[in-house]
Amino acid sequence: MEENIIIDVSHVTVRFNLANQKVDNLKEYVIRMLKRELMFQEFLAVRDVSFRVLRGEAWGIIGANGSGKSTLLKAISGILQPCRGSIQVNGQIAPMIELGAGFDEELTARENIYLNGCVLGHTEKYMKEHFDEIVEFAELKDFLDSPVKNYSSGMKARLGFAVATAVHPDILVVDEILSVGDYAFRRKCDRRMDEMLSGGTTLLYVSHAIEEVQRLCSHALWLQKGEIRMAGTAAEVCKEYLAEQERGS
Amino acid sequence: MQKKQAENNGTKSCKANNGELLSGKGADNTGMKKWRGHLRDFFHYRDLLRLLVKRDIKLKYRRSVLGYLWSVLDPLLSMIVMAVVFSAMFRENIENYPLYLFCGQLLFNFFRASTSMAIHSITSNGAIIKKAYVPKYIFTFSRLISTLIDLLFTMLALLLIMLATGAEFSPYNLLFPFVLLQLFLFSLGFGLFLAQANVFFRDIQYIYNALMMAWMYLTPIFYPLEALPRGVAVAVARWNPMYYYVRQFRDIFYTGIWPETDMIAAGCAAALVMLIFGSAAFIRTQSRFILYI
Repeated sequence: MEENIIIDVSHVTVRFNLANQKVDNLKEYVIRMLKRELMFQEFLAVRDVSFRVLRGEAWGIIGANGSGKSTLLKAISGILQPCRGSIQVNGQIAPMIELGAGFDEELTARENIYLNGCVLGHTEKYMKEHFDEIVEFAELKDFLDSPVKNYSSGMKARLGFAVATAVHPDILVVDEILSVGDYAFRRKCDRRMDEMLSGGTTLLYVSHAIEEVQRLCSHALWLQKGEIRMAGTAAEVCKEYLAEQERGS
Repeated sequence: MQKKQAENNGTKSCKANNGELLSGKGADNTGMKKWRGHLRDFFHYRDLLRLLVKRDIKLKYRRSVLGYLWSVLDPLLSMIVMAVVFSAMFRENIENYPLYLFCGQLLFNFFRASTSMAIHSITSNGAIIKKAYVPKYIFTFSRLISTLIDLLFTMLALLLIMLATGAEFSPYNLLFPFVLLQLFLFSLGFGLFLAQANVFFRDIQYIYNALMMAWMYLTPIFYPLEALPRGVAVAVARWNPMYYYVRQFRDIFYTGIWPETDMIAAGCAAALVMLIFGSAAFIRTQSRFILYI
């Protein structure tokens, strides 16, 4: 049982300092220091969240805007550090946060595929082996050698999705990205995700589309103002969530 | 060297055990493990490092006809201009002025180019840092490496100048990698400091520009040390690390002797101190980068 835990989040709190983040230059900093305006305005985006994900499970993370869903995903992916608590991840993560970002605009798609793969922690050799597969999935064969700055946002998202999923990660972290791209490509992405799920990949999925969560996920986590409101099977949590939405409106 | 500027929180599996957790554990044991984690991390991301270096070099010359030749031509041309301008002033007391000038210029240009590349290394790679976990020092490190490769091309220009001016070659010439290593580590340390400072204070660039200007004039690049007033000359020789490197480099190429032991010792010490200072600043602040980029 123990070794089946792939993500162990325990008592995680992520804190932002709202006041200081507006100051991004020395001049402002000195002026505020002299005026004694350098205060600490704390904001806890995620508060004391604990949950465990077993290998092969698919978790949907739901909640209103600003409830800390993306922050939690970033903490799990290692991008953000929690100020309290610990996160243990036993496997390779492919984060799909801000798909299409993270490309170097000046480089060609070919170069970006390698760069992006290495950013995700793969070796160049590994990417070489999967290169054709990625290009085929993204349907960008004809544009391989033009710089990514000439790509449309849909094309970039396609490329991002293809790179992130072609490499069979243990854990796939998806942050509301599938809204980009046309219908046909979305269907293709859905199929790829289904395939990966049945292949034993663990999924963390943030979405506002409750039907999607119900369809893809076995479990769900409902965040409200940074705290866990409810955690359990997807069916139960989604039902409660929808019921609350009804009551609210 | 790779260990030195490795990340505070190393491998993926233990990445978020910060704060309360770490302070409770025995320092020795986790310290060892941490260093091993950093090394593994560095090894794991070596392909990324190579691609980033390749990208820097490629983008620099992508749309220029002469390509890499510019690494040779550019410093050569600016040396010629400076030599014409300044040789009238210093002709009497400096023989082979072009070589004298170029030795200083080569090193200082590396220092300036590498640190000005490093200063934006974190902010301009924000999109990648926001997207996935990557050891962040890699971005700074790659800029330093690509400037170093550029410098190696420029060494060809040095060779050309030595041939053209009929300078004597000596076996001590071969010591140059040792001097470049000191300068590289010094610049890396300074670059790491600048890169992290620039995340929090975007106007550090202007201070940096002024500092570089002063630093250049206080380094005997186009004038001999003796041309300075006595007090200033002593201070420069003692406290300006760039002088340590320029001096060693000139000993090797211009005078053709084994560099002075004092200068070697001072150069190595300055490199080490700057590297430790820069990495410490970087490690201390890197977990907050994401909030500001």
